Amino acid sequence: MSDKMKSGRQETAAPAIELVGISKAFGPVQANKDISISVAKGAIHGIIGENGAGKSTLMSILYGFYKADAGEIFINGQKTVIPDSQAAIASGIGMVFQHFKLVETFTVLENVILGAEDGPLLKDSLDKARGTLLALSKEYELNVDPDAVMDELSVGHHQRIEILKALYRQAEILILDEPTGVLTPAEATHLFRILRNLKNEGKTIILITHKLREIMDVTDTVSVMRRGEMTSTVRTADTSPEDLAERMVGRKVLLSINKPTATPGETVLKIENLEVVDEFGVQRLKGVSLEVRAGEILGVAGVAGNGQTHLLEVLGGYMPATGKVSVKGEEIDLTGAKSDGQSRRARGIAHVPEDRQAEGLIMEFMAWENMVFGYHNDPANQKNTLLMDNAAIKTETQAKLERFDVRPPHPSLQAKSFSGGNQQKLVLAREIERNPDLLLVGQPTRGVDIGAIEFIHQRIVDLRDQGKAILLVSVELDEIMSLSDRIAVMFDGHIMGERDPKKTSEKDLGLLMAGVNEQKGAA
Amino acid sequence: MEKMPRWADVVLVPLISITLAFIVAGLVVLAIGENPFDMVYFMVKGALGSTQGIGFTLYYATNFIFTGLAFSVAMHARLFNIGGEGQATFGGLGAALVLLAVPWPHWAIAMPFAIVGAALMGAAWAAVPAYLQAKRGSHIVITTIMFNFIGAAFLIYLLNGVLKKPGQQSAETVAFPAGAHLPTFHEMLAPFGVEFSKSAPANISFFLALIMAFLVWVLIWRTRLGYQIRAFGQSETATTYAGISAVKVTIVSMLISGGLAGMLAINVVMGEAERLILNFTEGAGFMGIAVGLMGRNHPVGIVLAALLFGMLNQGGFELLWEMPGISREMVLVIQALIIVFTGALVNMTRYPLERMFIAMQKRKGAI
Repeated sequence: MSDKMKSGRQETAAPAIELVGISKAFGPVQANKDISISVAKGAIHGIIGENGAGKSTLMSILYGFYKADAGEIFINGQKTVIPDSQAAIASGIGMVFQHFKLVETFTVLENVILGAEDGPLLKDSLDKARGTLLALSKEYELNVDPDAVMDELSVGHHQRIEILKALYRQAEILILDEPTGVLTPAEATHLFRILRNLKNEGKTIILITHKLREIMDVTDTVSVMRRGEMTSTVRTADTSPEDLAERMVGRKVLLSINKPTATPGETVLKIENLEVVDEFGVQRLKGVSLEVRAGEILGVAGVAGNGQTHLLEVLGGYMPATGKVSVKGEEIDLTGAKSDGQSRRARGIAHVPEDRQAEGLIMEFMAWENMVFGYHNDPANQKNTLLMDNAAIKTETQAKLERFDVRPPHPSLQAKSFSGGNQQKLVLAREIERNPDLLLVGQPTRGVDIGAIEFIHQRIVDLRDQGKAILLVSVELDEIMSLSDRIAVMFDGHIMGERDPKKTSEKDLGLLMAGVNEQKGAA
Repeated sequence: MEKMPRWADVVLVPLISITLAFIVAGLVVLAIGENPFDMVYFMVKGALGSTQGIGFTLYYATNFIFTGLAFSVAMHARLFNIGGEGQATFGGLGAALVLLAVPWPHWAIAMPFAIVGAALMGAAWAAVPAYLQAKRGSHIVITTIMFNFIGAAFLIYLLNGVLKKPGQQSAETVAFPAGAHLPTFHEMLAPFGVEFSKSAPANISFFLALIMAFLVWVLIWRTRLGYQIRAFGQSETATTYAGISAVKVTIVSMLISGGLAGMLAINVVMGEAERLILNFTEGAGFMGIAVGLMGRNHPVGIVLAALLFGMLNQGGFELLWEMPGISREMVLVIQALIIVFTGALVNMTRYPLERMFIAMQKRKGAI
């Protein structure tokens, strides 16, 4: 596997981008170490690597956000210095960020010309842009209405507009950073079709992702980064997902989890006709009924924003709702004074929230302080009626950090000093070690590197095998498919349908996620 | 590692900041034709050069410890309590009512009751803004600052009305019973043969302030309540997830904050004036904000910052006396420069220093 390819391979034409010996350090952290890469014109080149491997730093250097400590950049064979993003745009580089940079209240047209207006009067620019935009939109099947206001459009559209923005600025090289994180499978497929169109028109595309399948589907060549170094560059046709995963992590990785068949016991969680109206008066849950039994994982799939978050918040105790929820046959209070996270924990419900940085952890708190977060009133954590038993909590945290392989296992490190995967393990350690009857898990592996994903999945399955009920919410279809014993798909506040993961396909689930139930007809 | 050593952060940074502040203040003094070295000399001598100076410095520092702690407890819950002034005013009312109600036989009996009275009234004055913030979302900065004015006006009303000492013109109460007199440093140190200035107002409240600083440390870093306050201050979304009540934390931390501010009255009203007078807070409530920020909301830092501000206050008064060329406003400018350099601009010295240390470590590593 040590077919490390050297940079600057002689191509017939000058490569669209060539980076030679790029290094960048942030303090003592070497984010990029002597990276060389060459991307041929008209190719789709994937860059894959775990979080913190240095992918984003490398692209930020290319886009002029950071200045490299050493190394050179060649665009179309010309040595180029890129001090800022204006220079990057001038060199024909366009970037589509993971988090879109669009003005929600502007129209598509206004967003596209933002920052590229020529002249003080807006009308000239808008008129000029309209024609170009329509032509571009048609050429690449982007299907956008120039006069639509941003906040009326779907996430998929937002992304296409980001691409349009780059094309409008005459980008020849497009960099896309984790583009499919927010898309439905259908939208992702559409995006890949667009990318292939762009490629056929001679554009060069760099795709940064952590999803192996996307790399396999759409790229021509792929570079793997690990710990700031570019470990290998291969032709996509010559590799496999397993091989790439191994190159990323540096050891063999199980991509699909080994789990024994579930043996569901009695019903632990029973939800009947749950309805939620949020603070803006929008109905978020429209009569959701679900059941989770002991010893099984119910996966709730769906595109983000279809009510899954509200479902977790209701069950976690911080979103008032109407309907009936019972745990182990006893109804729980959904609106009263007793409806909060504390009372839910007392009922044996543990909750790994979707957003670990905003909800699950206090980033400024140390690991040991986070380890009792939500359980700080537990008598076991008190020295006496007045004081908390900090020393005991620290000792216990040390043990839990080791059991959950949190690295580094230092109880006095602030949560923000851990990587995403280790932060997530911190939350999981806290919730799972409380031995709950029901575990709510939201997006357990969002922003988590492959090595940690394997571990987190295994822990969830282990808990299931101890006879606990698990409600898993995830927007990652692969995760839902491999972990769940049953799958419920949410769309627009409804449960669109339930499927057996062994008897369903990605296409079937994708349709359900888009609100189409082939078994019952359209919703 | 990527940090500079802790001793540099705690010792070197403030020292450099103060030096810079004195250099800039010196330039200002030079510009108005006075001798900057005289300025430094008279300020330091005024604050520390005699037991009288020290006595006044400690007296002011006591006030600043109380209000600095008050500010920081609320700040840990990310509540910017700007109402220390009003809460201290009400604390004075609470202490006075307790001390006037009973002919106290001894200060040791009177003091605990006065503390409770002062703290309760201070807390009560913080309760309304706290409730409005917690339940109605009225911004605490706006409400507490308004309550400063209401509190001050209310005190004027009372001291010109029901509480006014009969038969004279000034707006003040009758003197407290002689038994409520708190021991001053002069009285406390006399048995040990130490001659401490008789005119300096520093009194036993200084030790009360130190005890409160310790208790605040225990509260914030050792108790469940402090844990919840810090958690709420760091992340409201996370506390919602954990089931910590935002209403409870907001109200309780503001009550504690108001109570601490109210205790300033023990030092000023009970310890020094021995009657309730107008404007006894003398801006200490606002100074507490600077003290809390400079002390980085840690009791040790607050005590140190309060001592520095006490010195500035006392040194400034002496400067006014010793150097007639320097006006009252000029003294304020000098004090403000020191506050700006040590508080607001502290990162101006910290970052370059940090870079220097990192570079030094790198070089050491390279060799």
